[in-house]
Amino acid sequence: MTSSLHLATWVHLDWVLVVVLAWLLIGVLGVLALRRFRLVAMVLFPLGVVFSLLLLGVALSAVFSGPETAILPLGLPQLPFHLRLDSLSAFFLILIGGVSAGVSAFAAGYFRQGEGTPPGLICLEYHVFLASIAMVVLADDAYVFMVAWETMAFSSFFLVLVNHRIPEIRNAGYLYMLIAHIGALGILLCFGLLQANTGDYTFANMRAQHLTPFWGSLAFVLAVFGFGAKAGLLPLHVWLPEAHPAAPSPFSALMSGVMLKIALYGLLRVAFDLLQEQIWWWGVLLMGLGLVTAVFGVVFSTVQVEMKRLLAYSSIENIGLMCAGLGLSLLFLAYDMKALSALALTAAMYQMLAHAFFKSLLFCSTGAVMHATGERSLGKLGGLMRYMPWVAWTTLIGVLACAGLPLFGGFVAEWLLLQSFLFTTGLPSFFLDMLVPVMAALIALVAALSGYTMVKYFGVIFLGQPREESLSHAHDAGSWERLGMLWLVLGCVVLGLFPNQVIAVIDPTTRWLVGAGLAHTVADNGWLLVPVSVERASYAPTIFLLGVLASFGLAFVLVRKLYHGRLRRVPPWDCGYPWQTPRMQDTAEGFGQPIRQIFEPFFRMKRQLPSAFDPQPSYKVTAEDPLWYGLYLPLAALVERISRIVGLLQQGRISVYLMYSFVTLIVVLLVVKR
Amino acid sequence: MIKFAPQLINLFATLILLLSFAMISQRRIVSLINLFMMQGVALVITSFLLGYATHQPDLYVSGGITLVLKVILIPWMLHRLIRKLNVRWDVETLLNVPTTMLVGIALVIFSFSLALPVSRLSDALAGGSLGIALACILLSFMMMITRSKAVPQVIGFLSMENGLIFAATAVTNGMPMIVEFGIALDVLVGVLILGVFMFQIREKFDTLDIHHLEKLKEE
Amino acid sequence: MSWLGVFSQLLALVTALLLAPLLTGWVNQCRALLQNKSAPGLLQPYRMLHKLFNKESVMAEHASPLYRTAPYIIFSCMLLACAIVPTLSTDLPLSPAADAIALVGLFALARVFISLAAMDVGTAFGSLGARREMLVGFLAEPALLMVLFCASMITRSTSLTTMVETLAHRELAIYPSLLLAGVAFVMVSLAENARVPVDNPDTHLELTMIHEALILEYSARHLALLEWAASLKLFAYSCIGLALFFPWGVADANAPLALLPALPVLVIKLAIGGVMLALIETLSAKMRIFRVPEFLGTAFLIAVIGLLVNVLLGAG
Repeated sequence: MTSSLHLATWVHLDWVLVVVLAWLLIGVLGVLALRRFRLVAMVLFPLGVVFSLLLLGVALSAVFSGPETAILPLGLPQLPFHLRLDSLSAFFLILIGGVSAGVSAFAAGYFRQGEGTPPGLICLEYHVFLASIAMVVLADDAYVFMVAWETMAFSSFFLVLVNHRIPEIRNAGYLYMLIAHIGALGILLCFGLLQANTGDYTFANMRAQHLTPFWGSLAFVLAVFGFGAKAGLLPLHVWLPEAHPAAPSPFSALMSGVMLKIALYGLLRVAFDLLQEQIWWWGVLLMGLGLVTAVFGVVFSTVQVEMKRLLAYSSIENIGLMCAGLGLSLLFLAYDMKALSALALTAAMYQMLAHAFFKSLLFCSTGAVMHATGERSLGKLGGLMRYMPWVAWTTLIGVLACAGLPLFGGFVAEWLLLQSFLFTTGLPSFFLDMLVPVMAALIALVAALSGYTMVKYFGVIFLGQPREESLSHAHDAGSWERLGMLWLVLGCVVLGLFPNQVIAVIDPTTRWLVGAGLAHTVADNGWLLVPVSVERASYAPTIFLLGVLASFGLAFVLVRKLYHGRLRRVPPWDCGYPWQTPRMQDTAEGFGQPIRQIFEPFFRMKRQLPSAFDPQPSYKVTAEDPLWYGLYLPLAALVERISRIVGLLQQGRISVYLMYSFVTLIVVLLVVKR
Repeated sequence: MIKFAPQLINLFATLILLLSFAMISQRRIVSLINLFMMQGVALVITSFLLGYATHQPDLYVSGGITLVLKVILIPWMLHRLIRKLNVRWDVETLLNVPTTMLVGIALVIFSFSLALPVSRLSDALAGGSLGIALACILLSFMMMITRSKAVPQVIGFLSMENGLIFAATAVTNGMPMIVEFGIALDVLVGVLILGVFMFQIREKFDTLDIHHLEKLKEE
Repeated sequence: MSWLGVFSQLLALVTALLLAPLLTGWVNQCRALLQNKSAPGLLQPYRMLHKLFNKESVMAEHASPLYRTAPYIIFSCMLLACAIVPTLSTDLPLSPAADAIALVGLFALARVFISLAAMDVGTAFGSLGARREMLVGFLAEPALLMVLFCASMITRSTSLTTMVETLAHRELAIYPSLLLAGVAFVMVSLAENARVPVDNPDTHLELTMIHEALILEYSARHLALLEWAASLKLFAYSCIGLALFFPWGVADANAPLALLPALPVLVIKLAIGGVMLALIETLSAKMRIFRVPEFLGTAFLIAVIGLLVNVLLGAG
């Protein structure tokens, strides 16, 4: 790439490292200006935005060029940092840069004076988080990977605990840390298996190893366990609905939009790149796990009554869909059906991009709503479209994208995924051939239910009438917040209207990982998105949009011309009952009630019903996670019991401890004697 | 016409499967009996078609027996029975209807995956429908398990027998005549005895809900 | 994209716009005749649209811009849906823009907007209707998708024009999976078009409404557009059913003269379909609302079994 800069000798990896360093510097500057709120909000966060945009540009260019490596002499004496920027890393850097630009801009306007942690510290944690995510993606050996992974976990832990004076938030942070470390253990073991006893932990060495099916499968299962814990796959998802609501909104946005995808990056790296031979049942396992997670997530999100928990469960659902796509791609790869594998992989990666943008947008909107009203429960919101139009209209775009409706990114990803499921008659096993249409049916069901959830979310918060008096004092978002949200809206729209261009960016990655790519067929057809051939399937979002706009305009103009456009405003129709109150609208519980009734076996319901003799009758119903009560609490009880038994070793008397050493010495002597 | 025979037979096989599915989601007993009768008609037409296509007169006889028994005699007896017992509706089943249907789908997948390799090997004209026949049998069995009144259980048993005959017809072009007659007689006698049995249950417990039979268990 | 293609596309659009209220009127007439009532006249829907357009629009005080623009958006979605479905000819320049999955997405878009608009006013009826509409939608949408998948597995394509061409020109073959898909499709279209047994289009009882509750607050031109959109939806669903299960008579790209008989053939097919719909409506009773998920779940599972049967029996 020729450049007019005198730094023309710098490759993309150098620029990325500059961005990482810049973020770390901004963090340090934040610590130095610990309580200087103005400086942090007005200067440091926007500076971070600039570097995010730089990262986005560099990564877009890096996707198309070959892999670049570097060795940094940081770390331990014999273990330098190996770094590598290939098209897979570049894709994720695009994701990181694009989303963090919007979220940083939002965060610049989000923080107000006097919240728990000092703003400078938040700045440090935030930018260290961003820098460590970038390092995870760049890592070329297990050592750097784990260092960056742990840094990411720690910095996000501190970000979750910004309001650490509240006990629930502390509990959420603790749970998050616990499961993150259980996952890290799985990842460590996986890397241990991958290096196959050679002692060299670089990825290049791992690529060169050929593991037997047994050890390869074990490594894969450990990778699914470890990365799945961070991504939120069942049954290791319990931290997500606690940690995302506990963190402040920009950080929830970043965690949900970016961090979950980095876990999937790890899975992609291990399953497609480091493991050389894929076995068919890996794909089936991942697909099954993904679909179960997706159904679970969407059913739970429909019955939630708190804004951010709803979005957290919705993230679980989307991660499940992405894993289902990855699993399908693995399945095809195991049978050497490269083109179909590339289609499924493209669908999964497109979903990652789309989800990153629209979920961050939605979390940012919850932040704006919480700042304006102080409420987070859906039961106390309503009618905010009148008072916060900017937030409402940008959230509408996010909601339409999340529901997987045409013209936005989520739909393209789903379209590609369903296409890859449809082309599958041709798998060698009958059972798999039959399983695949059933899984396509489940995906369609999940997509429809996510539409239900999103209508509930938007309708209860922004439409209707305000359910509380104080809501009329809500103010709209500030200018930095608007900027951030508009950027994310732009992302959703671009992903929806220009799929061919986005696929051209994804193509080098699929070509490298799987051996085939969609870009050829796609590029041949101009504005149409055509995976295989026009007769088979095609979709052109721009023509779609033009059609809708044209008929909209035509209808509007014709009606005005031929008839008239008179309007009169009156109170809403009250069916003869004049004492209407806003509480007569549907509540969030009410909106989710049909789903609760249909999917009753999924939940663990706790009902508190009023009796006829109560002076103040009240009704309360909560739908709780059965896995928490069925799996985690018994496990915790077991661990406590074991630790109590082991605790018997602690007698407190010195003579007992000396006796332990004595016994151990005798045993060692006996063993050595043999 | 002969060219269309495999497709028509597949079509009727699918119709039989559809009717089995409709039966497990039905609540009204009168509709159940009518659906069972329609299943019998589909089975009769399949036997006749197969007999015509493979030039085997045995299948005509088999179809005739099914017509007399399953389409005319047994539904008439059942209608008379329910009029005397005065049962019109069914109480809630053991599993609710959506769960029943999900289990039904799982059974269908299971029987299809079992039958696919066999049907690829079979050279009978309707070999592809072995999976469907197996699915019908399993679905009827499930109907017997999940219903809580006696009459739907009887219908489940009869529908299972339908599935068996269809399986035999599809894969091996009919069973030996003696076996056929024997089964037909068994079914007829079975229904008569079950009818008597139902009156006894009704007299003893004042209801046909089989959960009350559990009271006979020793404590 | 030839001139003939553009012409057939525009013809299909205009036909849809003009014939859709006529179809609704025909169904109402048949239903009235079957129920021994006197029919309201075949052109009554047109008169009603004219009357509604002439009225002054009355709107709630705090209705948002979303509420005002929703009828136009829904109308545009239904119009686009009618443009994509091959009604008269398979030579449609707009058809590569959207395939079967995008068609289902289009219906979903309209459903989401109408639910949001219903929730906008903030009264009990609107949110009740929105909740019920999304409930019906969340089960009907995957069922419709599965029905379309059945057909696309047979024809190896999800593009509607290719599906129709393949199904029409294959030698006469009977596909058992299409039988199952057909049953499922009838159940889904009854649900989505707000017909008995799922929803009564004539009802005036708020507690039994789904579609009527959604459009309760609208008046004048907005209501006219919504009613027209509902007729277009019925038209589109009927044409999808005809295209998948009775595709003969639709003109081909290579046979421009076939457009001439295509219109009468379509009218005859729609008339027969309307009679069938009226028959089903008269013979069934409206279900209780919590039985509707069972009904639609049955449709969904029947469609899935259709897919499985397709795999079992090979290409058909």
